[in-house]
Amino acid sequence: MSVAEHDHETGLARDEDAQHDRALFLKRRRSRSIAIALALAGLVILFYVVTLVKLGPEVLNRPM
Amino acid sequence: MDFDQTMRQHDLHLTAGAAAVASSDRVVSSATVHDYWQLMKPRVMSLAIFTALVGIVAAPGTLHPVLALTAILCIAVGAGASGALNMWYDADIDAKMGRTRTRPVPRGRVAPGEALGFGVVLSAFSVLILGLMVSWPAAALLAFTIFFYAVVYTMWLKRLTPQNIVIGGAAGAFPPMIGWAAVTGTVSVESIVLFLIIFFWTPPHFWALALYKSEEFARAGIPMLPVVAGEETTRRQIWFYSWVMALTGLLPAGVGLGGPLYLLVSVVTGAAFLLLAWRVLRDTDLESARKLFAFSILYLLLLFAVLLAEPAVGIAAFAPLHGGWV
Repeated sequence: MSVAEHDHETGLARDEDAQHDRALFLKRRRSRSIAIALALAGLVILFYVVTLVKLGPEVLNRPM
Repeated sequence: MDFDQTMRQHDLHLTAGAAAVASSDRVVSSATVHDYWQLMKPRVMSLAIFTALVGIVAAPGTLHPVLALTAILCIAVGAGASGALNMWYDADIDAKMGRTRTRPVPRGRVAPGEALGFGVVLSAFSVLILGLMVSWPAAALLAFTIFFYAVVYTMWLKRLTPQNIVIGGAAGAFPPMIGWAAVTGTVSVESIVLFLIIFFWTPPHFWALALYKSEEFARAGIPMLPVVAGEETTRRQIWFYSWVMALTGLLPAGVGLGGPLYLLVSVVTGAAFLLLAWRVLRDTDLESARKLFAFSILYLLLLFAVLLAEPAVGIAAFAPLHGGWV
């Protein structure tokens, strides 16, 4: 194998590694984004339910 | 710098196992959700959840189930935030011990700055939400607990004195008191008793571990009792604190928290704890310390589980001995 062929193959392997790492990075970032979205959604639900609990059942029975 | 350039730079760091790449204009994390979960010390968090639940259930008065769940969630997140701040500050010594070197920061999965930011944000959220939605006295206690664990224990005592876990152990003892305050809005003798059980349980529990991990603590430069004062002193101290802990374990039956089942369990498990502590004192092998460490977890679990179970099965607690003077 010539030096040029060797360099070419090494370069290809490096590109494959880089692609693999990039895919891994994107996958991890996506899962972090989903976790943050779920946490925010959970907080919204929590605030809503706690508000109902604090106001009590009379909130549905108030004079309009 | 465009995205592709940033990504290429990031790829190099990913391959090397780095946590994050700092380019000239952005920082990109490569941590997984699991890494962040590990930052929160889930096992410590589960103990905080369990003991806080006991505090809520044992407290006189009622708390709406949604608010009780909110309180427990905030206490759990606050405990997790303390864990993240601890891992941020202790990354250097964590990397030197087998027990802790796979934590996300020393492993390079989460950058120290990320752990710090994560801990600070979670601390603020947990305290504010607990205060706004449940009780400000409970929120104040939670804020103090986080401060105590992150600053007093982690930053100050841990590397300074062999009494680090005796004083620092208070941080782990607060959750039932916070749960109690979430219901009653106050601190009373009963919640102090729950605090004291965990407070006096921590030294024999942690020193039993320190006995068979003393080389690691020495390598990391942490002045744990066996490293500084030797094994014999540590064994004597374990024996002393085991007695204090076993006697403190009886107190819930005297302050109106526990009934006959609690008294029975606390006497039997306390005696078993003392027997194992006696073996640690007498034997020079480390197997007895391993057994004491394992049993100490079961001991605490059983005491608090019975406090939770007695009202559930209709067993009434004894009348408080302190009557109306507190």
